[in-house]
Amino acid sequence: MRYIEPHAHMVSRTTDDYQAIAQAGCQALCEPAFWAGYDRGSVEGFRDYFRQLTQYEPARAAKFGIPHYTWLCINPKEADDVVFGREVLSVIPEFLDQSTVLGIGEIGLNKNTRNEHTILEEHIALAQERDLPILVHTPHLEDKLKGTRLIVDAMKNAGVNPDRVIIDHVEEHTAAIALDAGFWAGMTLYPESKCTPARAIDILETFGTERIWMNSACDWGISDPLAVVKCALEMKKRQHSGELIEKVIYGNPRTFLSQSPNFKV
Amino acid sequence: MDQKILAQIPPSEFRWRAYIGLMPNKTDILDLYFMDARYKLIDIAAFLDRLDRHEGESDFRHAGFLKAMEAMLNPGDQPRAKAVLESLSDHSTEPAGKSEIQFAYGAPQE
Repeated sequence: MRYIEPHAHMVSRTTDDYQAIAQAGCQALCEPAFWAGYDRGSVEGFRDYFRQLTQYEPARAAKFGIPHYTWLCINPKEADDVVFGREVLSVIPEFLDQSTVLGIGEIGLNKNTRNEHTILEEHIALAQERDLPILVHTPHLEDKLKGTRLIVDAMKNAGVNPDRVIIDHVEEHTAAIALDAGFWAGMTLYPESKCTPARAIDILETFGTERIWMNSACDWGISDPLAVVKCALEMKKRQHSGELIEKVIYGNPRTFLSQSPNFKV
Repeated sequence: MDQKILAQIPPSEFRWRAYIGLMPNKTDILDLYFMDARYKLIDIAAFLDRLDRHEGESDFRHAGFLKAMEAMLNPGDQPRAKAVLESLSDHSTEPAGKSEIQFAYGAPQE
């Protein structure tokens, strides 16, 4: 089975995980910038993180034969301080010309505050200025529905081309908000929240298999770096064809990610 | 299911497969998921018993959970999973002021 892991936070994972992902057939892996589980104390902390994402992590992945790509931003959880958010935003252009950078992400909202919204809009402006695709994080749990609506409105207000945006972490109540507005949608497979494999397949059966992908979003919390391939096996149990499974776990992410000239798979 | 027939259907027509008998039937779905759903259902019942049995005051999460169960049983004209998720969602529409927390509870504070 060949697949693309379009959203994984490998800075938090072990070499055993890289080994397992490679053995499972991963052809490429993409790592959006995210919250490290704690708030970073300075802009320099982010500069170091962006160096890790653009230099160290691609080299680590290469040892397992996996091309590693990244998305850059200040994540919404640390973006409620607008002054700090802008300082981090000012550092990002230093890294945008690196050969493994795909775009701006994962930007979005966390608690749906006005300050987070301001920094979201400024990330969108940066992406438009540099003609970069966008990867969107939608909020957790009770905040997801409202946040997804606010994010879609912000994208529309900025005149963003929805072909170039993937709205991630959709569930049954938000998939249509993203897809009906012409955006791509991502489903995150988590053991305890977001989607189980069975629910992700329900969403595919309900909304179709166009402009949608699945990811593990494995990080420092309870998560599974093999979630995508496990969901592919579940699709097989649900009698989906090999052709369709490959479209969802390989073809679709390849189509979206290939909008970045840096993505070569 | 005949995989040769299935392979001939383009993905763009995927949503129509259910209507032409190429999807698993109800028995197939029960075979795949009944035991898993059964154990989760009993776990929910035991969770509610546990809350009843222990001392102290409950909070908005308990009420939100019961409301979501009601939404599951009476979803109206929408799918049950969507009804449950919407029941457990904040339905305000304007960006909030500064938040005192970074995390989410799983149920809205009414």
